[in-house]
Amino acid sequence: MHDYENTMLIEAVERYITGEMSPDERLNFENLRKADAEVDQMVVEHTLFLQKMNRFNEWQKFHKSLNEIHTNLAESGKINSEKLKGRAKVVYLFNRYKRVASIAAAIAGITTLMVSAIISSLTPKASPSQVDYLSKELRSIKNKTIVQDREINNLKNQGATHHLPEIPYTKGGTGFIIDAKGYLVTNNHVIEGAKNVAVQNAAGKEFFATVVYSDEAADIAILKITDESFKTLPSVPYAFSRKQAELAETIYTMGFPRDEIVYGQGYLSSRTGYNGDTLSCQIDIPVNRGNSGSPVINYNGEIIGIVNGRQKDAQGSAFAIQSSNIYKALTKLKENNKEDSTTRQLKLNTKSSLSGMSHIQQVKKVQDYIYMVKVN
Amino acid sequence: MKETIHEQELILLKGLARSDKKSVEEIYKHNFNLIQALIVNNSGTADDAKDIFQEAMVVLYEKARSGSFELNCQIRTYLYSVAKRLWLKRLQQSNKFVSDFGDDGMASVAVEDDLTEHQEKDTEYELMYQSINKLGEPCKSLLEAVYFQKKSMQDIADGFGYTNAENAKTQKYKCLMRLKKVFFTQYNKKD
Repeated sequence: MHDYENTMLIEAVERYITGEMSPDERLNFENLRKADAEVDQMVVEHTLFLQKMNRFNEWQKFHKSLNEIHTNLAESGKINSEKLKGRAKVVYLFNRYKRVASIAAAIAGITTLMVSAIISSLTPKASPSQVDYLSKELRSIKNKTIVQDREINNLKNQGATHHLPEIPYTKGGTGFIIDAKGYLVTNNHVIEGAKNVAVQNAAGKEFFATVVYSDEAADIAILKITDESFKTLPSVPYAFSRKQAELAETIYTMGFPRDEIVYGQGYLSSRTGYNGDTLSCQIDIPVNRGNSGSPVINYNGEIIGIVNGRQKDAQGSAFAIQSSNIYKALTKLKENNKEDSTTRQLKLNTKSSLSGMSHIQQVKKVQDYIYMVKVN
Repeated sequence: MKETIHEQELILLKGLARSDKKSVEEIYKHNFNLIQALIVNNSGTADDAKDIFQEAMVVLYEKARSGSFELNCQIRTYLYSVAKRLWLKRLQQSNKFVSDFGDDGMASVAVEDDLTEHQEKDTEYELMYQSINKLGEPCKSLLEAVYFQKKSMQDIADGFGYTNAENAKTQKYKCLMRLKKVFFTQYNKKD
């Protein structure tokens, strides 16, 4: 009997809360509430509880719908969840084990060094000249194959297309892309007096180029790749700084003092160049012949200058033209070619997509935009 | 332009409060990748990212439906700030070495109070979940049918094999009393 009464009461409370009572009934119930504190207490408590259940239910449903949405979006590719899974795992594992891995690597490195030290101390030494000789032999064999390859290519191309005259390039330097459509900047002294200019990318592919602008005083030249086989690159990853770089700022450069791209790191050692030249600055990076025209980049991915020379008696320090000169050169180039629409559209990237990346990643991205400049 | 963005976000929030699927999806779509990047770049997995993002969404949802929510920053900023705090907390709990994320260029807003509130609600939901599961069958399904699926007593009587609706009501009453008892014993202990 007691149970039954309670059931009735709860039902009444629930109907009261949900507003299902008729006005008369409601009035009666409210009177009952006033008269009986126990009933009132029950209404309050039950309201609270139903509210909690309701909220819980909505919360649970919301969670479920979030999961559904996630699956839907991931399947339709609107969020990059699945794609990221593999990468995320690698990054996660890397972050988790990097300390262990570096310790292991260090131990491995030491062991390797010790082993190689023992081996080298035990093996009979070959005379240096012998080694030299062998490497030259290799090179001449390599050259021979290259020549043979060309010969074969020429034979293949004959008849079908005109074949290009072989141009022996005598001078070289470095240049880097300022606009993805195939505009590069380099030093004027690299291309000075040039009859033919070609550029070659890090992958070894060669393109013909012409000099579209040169300024002897500023030692800047702009080249345009004219080769039909050149395809517009993805947008330039680095930015061009208008500001002067800070003293001691860590910088790096990449260029072609050899056939292979060479990376060098250092810092800005003076804001002015040789004999107080304010157009340039002094950097402490080992550079060699062929580095002329290499970009000087900071780790925000901003070009701060172009390598252009070194002091004869000072090892290690070099000079670079400040990047604001690139802006100036471009403005002049536009003035000279007002009719040319491609020239008018040239624009230097001001927002680097490299900042925040690790050095190695930055260098990987940048190297595709650095070309060897070959001149005869 | 700024004005319309703001209005658009308000509409989205209103939709979210109603748990309107389109709005939720819209917010999800536009913010998930950002949060995922945050988590993954700070030693989390893609699953962690999903967890954290969804929890942040729940915080936003609770706030939106509380009615007292004023949007004083972008939804994106809010979610980002919440996710960041949640993730830092989780990293600390798992005793992992935490270097502060540093300045990641994203603006953050203070969300401490919201998170405390969220934490309380979460404990309560957890408690409700456990309480309902403790009841066992058929009480669990019966109560769910009445209060969550809002089925009529007659349908329930048919579905659960009670002779009539009255009988089902008595049964429901018994289950509800048990649930309340289980729930409130724990609930009051916490206060």
